[in-house]
Order: sequence, then structure tokens, then C-alpha cells
Amino acid sequence: MGLEVDIRKKVKGFSLDISFKNQGLHLGIFGASGSGKSMTLKCIAGIIDPDEGRIVLNDKILFDSEKNINIKPQKRNIGYLFQNYALFPHLTVEDNITISLNGKKEDIRPKLEEMIKLFKLEGLERKYPKQLSGGQQQRVALARAIIKNPDILILDEPFSALDSHLKESLEVELFELLKTYNKEVVLVTHNREEVYKFCDYMIFIDEGKSIINENTKEIFNEPKYYKVSKLLGYHNISEIQYLTNNTIKATRWGISYKIDALLNNEFTFIALKDNLLALNNSSVSNGEIVVEVAVLDIIESINSFDLLVKNVSYMQGDSISLKVDKKTFEAINLKDNLFLHIDNEALVYLR
Amino acid sequence: MEISPILISLKTAIVATIFTFVFGVFAAKLVLDIKSERIKAVLDTVFTIPLVLPPTVIGFLLLLIFGVKRPIGRFLLEFMGVRIVFSWQATVIAAFVIAFPLMYRTAIGAFEQVDENLIMAARTLGMSEAKIFFKIILPLASPGILGGAILSFARALGEFGATAMIAGNIENKTRTLPLAIYSEVSAGNMKQATYYVVVVLAISFIVMLLMNYFARKQIVKDK
Repeated sequence: MGLEVDIRKKVKGFSLDISFKNQGLHLGIFGASGSGKSMTLKCIAGIIDPDEGRIVLNDKILFDSEKNINIKPQKRNIGYLFQNYALFPHLTVEDNITISLNGKKEDIRPKLEEMIKLFKLEGLERKYPKQLSGGQQQRVALARAIIKNPDILILDEPFSALDSHLKESLEVELFELLKTYNKEVVLVTHNREEVYKFCDYMIFIDEGKSIINENTKEIFNEPKYYKVSKLLGYHNISEIQYLTNNTIKATRWGISYKIDALLNNEFTFIALKDNLLALNNSSVSNGEIVVEVAVLDIIESINSFDLLVKNVSYMQGDSISLKVDKKTFEAINLKDNLFLHIDNEALVYLR
Repeated sequence: MEISPILISLKTAIVATIFTFVFGVFAAKLVLDIKSERIKAVLDTVFTIPLVLPPTVIGFLLLLIFGVKRPIGRFLLEFMGVRIVFSWQATVIAAFVIAFPLMYRTAIGAFEQVDENLIMAARTLGMSEAKIFFKIILPLASPGILGGAILSFARALGEFGATAMIAGNIENKTRTLPLAIYSEVSAGNMKQATYYVVVVLAISFIVMLLMNYFARKQIVKDK
């Protein structure tokens, strides 16, 4: 069961090499812009043909270069929500939604009404796409994609065409709706919040290659790769150096510390989890790493203060950024010596 | 006042436009659907070449095809009893060949303008290629195609060289407006020629007005 992809394709100056098996219900395909996410989707939908490989959906072979199988996009029964929704501009909302159905108007009517109700499009049936807001267009496109009851629903950056203030409320709305829709969904995005909120399983694509696929929470907790951690929002990343068997130095910050277990020496970077960093005036350690720091910059944001600090014994190094909530910040005496406490759990090793 | 050239011209231009419209649109679709770039280029050249050839050359080539001593012309005459050369049908054929590239070119341009995402979306929705063509591509390309049809009509109406070669200049039969103007001027009947010129100007003016009207209508619909 589920979606299984193992494909390769070469186009001018870009090569795609994707391999994964969805082990969740909601799959996130995550990667930077231009990494090959959309192309992967188009291969799954059959709009683009891969050079070689295999695509299987729920035990149905959609593409297999060895067996010479390539099912037409029309026959794949995949619901596809395009990035800009791709509504037919010359057709009304109801014609857009029902265009894929063949049959008499009276037979189509109940299905249309069900969709109109589900997507709250009452009163918009006779409007043209250009007369709708971005959110309404999205709902029409979604209604059009699922009216034929597809085996899988693919959403290509569903929120990228919307204003940011609309985005958040629509996100909640759409995710709620899709959770009641008990089918496999693929969400493509470069927004980590979206993946985290919606997807239970995710793959990460970088420069056309799928480099990691695992449960979403696990990847966020342990991104394993430098590039992944960057896109997932880790700010503090440093190269590491093995001083002895059990001593490690984060070279950018000049921080050395002991480790209990031997580390796999494939790891060449360390990242810090922001929420497990603390700043105070106490040099006492309860097992965590404590470094005396100087504050370089303080930026007040809505709910917290964003601080940039540097190791006082390594001022030529890079700074570490952290967020301190406003209450905690008031308790800190900035004129006294300051100490950064790095919890052992905050350390994430990367390759 | 002889009005037969006006009637012949209108009849020729209308019939020729209907043919150019149907064949031009389908030729455009055919060429766009061909995957091989080489075959595409060859067909594109064949369909466009009447645009750059002098009409007399086209008339000459048509004579080579339809002349009664040529295989096709002979076949048509002997087995179907149809004589193309110097018949009214010849004016339609001449106008068709001359106007065809205009229709074909504008239709290709109009099809290429249709957002590819819409076609992909239609495919994922399970729509057949024929349904996609008639329900999505054709309506979206319709302003351009309509413009092409009007241009073809105007060109068919003004056709002179090829018509003279293959259809001749027979009064009440193949003498279209441009031929009538030429004949009247050569006979020194400037007054009669002026009358025809005014008619041509009037028709052209109305055609352009119509074209602008449709173009504007499309803009309003977009808003």
C-alpha cells in the first residue's frame, strides 16, 4: 500500500534521482525552490515521463521502465492541486468543478452540490475564477481535484500563491478538511511549518536527489544532514573537530566539551536546538555545557528578545543566536557575567 | 453599375474563409502535437510558404496541379466531370491557398499562448485529448483564432494574382472585385473602378471594426 517512487530523469543541467516509499498517510516532500519537487510530482502524475525507474501507487504500477508500463495521466486517478491552481478561466466555478465528469447534468448535480457544500462555495457557482479571492480559488481547485474520488491527492505548494495573512487561517482550514479526507495526501512545500503541522512522513529533496525519508518528527528532531538542518530552521551550526576520543570542539564558537559515548566520525557538523539554550548569570552546571558569553546584539521581537552572543574566550569566532522570552530576559542582569547553558539534548550532529 | 463582382467576391471570400478556418486550425493542432522536431519544421514550412511566395507563383503551381492536361486535373475532369480551371471554384481554391498561412500562423500562436498548466491539469482530471482540445484549448485560443479568421477573410477578399492565373477574369463567373478594378482601369472606366474601390474600402473597414469589437469584448470578459 501507499506510494512508492524510484525514478531517475536527466534534463539540461539537472538530474533527478528520487527514491522513497511513503510510510505515512500524509507525505511531505520538502526541499528548497528548484530542488526538483515539482518535477517529482509531475512524474507521479504522469505529466512528465521519467527516463527510468518505477512508480507504484497502492499496488497499481503507474510507471515501470523495465516492464515498459507508462499509464496515461488520464488513467492514473490522481488528484493534483497545481501551484497556481490552474483553474480554467473561461469556465464558471461549477463548470470547473464538474468538467471531469461525463454524464447528464441531473446526474452530476448531487455530486456538485456535495462539493459546493464541503468547500463552502455556496453562491459562487456562476462566478469566473478571476472574480474569486485566492482562498476561494484554492477551494474550487481542490473541489475539482477530488470530485472524481482520486486514489491520492497531490498538493503542489498550495499556499505559495496566497498573501501571508490569508495563509495561516487557510492552512488550518485546509489541514482540518484533509484530515477528515481519509486518503493518502502528498504535500510539497519549502515551508517547514506546513510539513510539521500536516505531514506524518516526509522526504527531503536536495538538488534533485532524495537524501532522507523518515517520520516527520524524527527528521525535525534529528535532521542528520547539514542541508536539511538549515532548511528546517537551525540557525546555530558549526564544524566540529575531534580533539581526543571523547573531546569535541565546535570550531566556529571555540567551545570544547566532553562526550560520554563515542561518536560516529561521519559527523562533521553540530547544530544547536534553539529552545534548549538558556542564558543567565549562573556559572553552575548541572551536566550541561556552560560557556561565558558576551552579548553583541539584542533585537526585541513580538514575544521575545533575539540575542546574539559570543564566547568571551573566542571573540574572533562566530556568534550564537538565541531567543529569550521577555520574562526571563528581565531576570537577567546584563551588566554581570553572562553564561550560556547548552543542554546535552540541544546538540544535534550532522554530516 | 455591375454588382456581380461584389457578390462573387463575398461568396468566394466567405467559402474560402470557412475552409481556411477548419483546415488552418486543425493543421495548427496537428503541427503542435508532432513530437519530432524535424517533421514539425518541415510541415510548418510547407503550411507557411504560400505567405512568402508571389501569388502568381502560387497560381502557376495551382495550374500545374489542376490544369486539364495534368494528372489531377485530368482525373477530376474525366472521372468526376469537374473542371477546376477557369471555374468559380478556382477562385475559392486560390483564395484558400493564399489565406491559409495567415489562419494557420495565428492559430499556432493562439494555441501556444494557452497556459500549459491548464492542459496538464485537464489531463490529471482524466479528460480525453479531444475533450481537452474542444473544451479548453479552443475556447481559450478563440480570440486569436477569430482574429486569424478575419485576417484570412480580408486576404481572401483581396486575392488577385493567383485568382487571375487559375480562374481567369470571366465576367459574372470569376471576376472578383480586385479583378474588376483592374479590368475597369485598363478599359479606362475610372468611375466604375472608383465605385468598386469604395466598396472594397467599406468592406475592409467593417472587417477591421468587427475585429476590434471582438478583441475588446474579450478584454471586458477578463475583468
